[in-house]
Amino acid sequence: MSDQILTPLAALGDHSPRIEKIGSLTIEENPDLAITSIAVRHRRDKDLQTFLMPALGGELPSPGRSVFTSDVSTIWTGVGQWFLIASYAAHPDFAREIKSLIKDTASVTEQTDGWVVFDIIGNNLIPLMERLCNLNGKAMMAGDTTRCLIEHLGCLIICRESFRKFTILGPRSSAASLYHSLVKVAHNVA
Amino acid sequence: MIINHPLLGPRDAQEFVYLGDASLIDRPDASGETALDDFHDYLYLRDNPAGSHKELWFHEQGDRSWLVVTRDTRTHEITHVELAFEYAKRRGRDK
Repeated sequence: MSDQILTPLAALGDHSPRIEKIGSLTIEENPDLAITSIAVRHRRDKDLQTFLMPALGGELPSPGRSVFTSDVSTIWTGVGQWFLIASYAAHPDFAREIKSLIKDTASVTEQTDGWVVFDIIGNNLIPLMERLCNLNGKAMMAGDTTRCLIEHLGCLIICRESFRKFTILGPRSSAASLYHSLVKVAHNVA
Repeated sequence: MIINHPLLGPRDAQEFVYLGDASLIDRPDASGETALDDFHDYLYLRDNPAGSHKELWFHEQGDRSWLVVTRDTRTHEITHVELAFEYAKRRGRDK
């Protein structure tokens, strides 16, 4: 990969990621993420598991679940499909890295600039989640992940710690709209 | 309306798109002698039952899976939900 000369902006158009504190809630934009999607090819499930096992330290997560290691988060996004997320600083060419690891067992697509990622931290995020989307936030345990609607946007919602820490991936082109809904709802529940 | 997704549990119908009769899975053989008539029926003719109906739903705002939902058209009661690829496989349509 060639050296970057220009400094990229964060998804909300700022030079540094936005951090908003509302009452006991914190909404943090997290731009330092390399995201790639893998879709297993026909009847190659076992080969894919074998290639990925060393990097993930275990099996690919089952439907509605994620697996976090210190280096890579793996998120189930659909039947035979996962998102792999790692630090962008440590893995600037993540998709290529994954492709060389899993070879022709799965198709790899670069997703890094397709998403805006918000980490939401607080003592009790359930009232916020209840206003944001249709999910049963109370029932979500650490590692539970699902895609659903927030306003009109299809977002991936990852529970990092039940009640207290959620990560939301939304379409980057609608980052400001998603941010607006998060902040608006946070003010309402704070 | 709530659709009980076989992988993800109960989900709001707002997340799904209705895509038509599940008979669309039974695509006729294009090389058969009666192909012209078969495709006419496949494309244009639908049953319109007052009662149990198998239909295709797409989980567009979720995991993007295709489901075969058995719904009573009179009451909207959903009696069965399964993944469309499993339904298709059972009908010998896996390729």
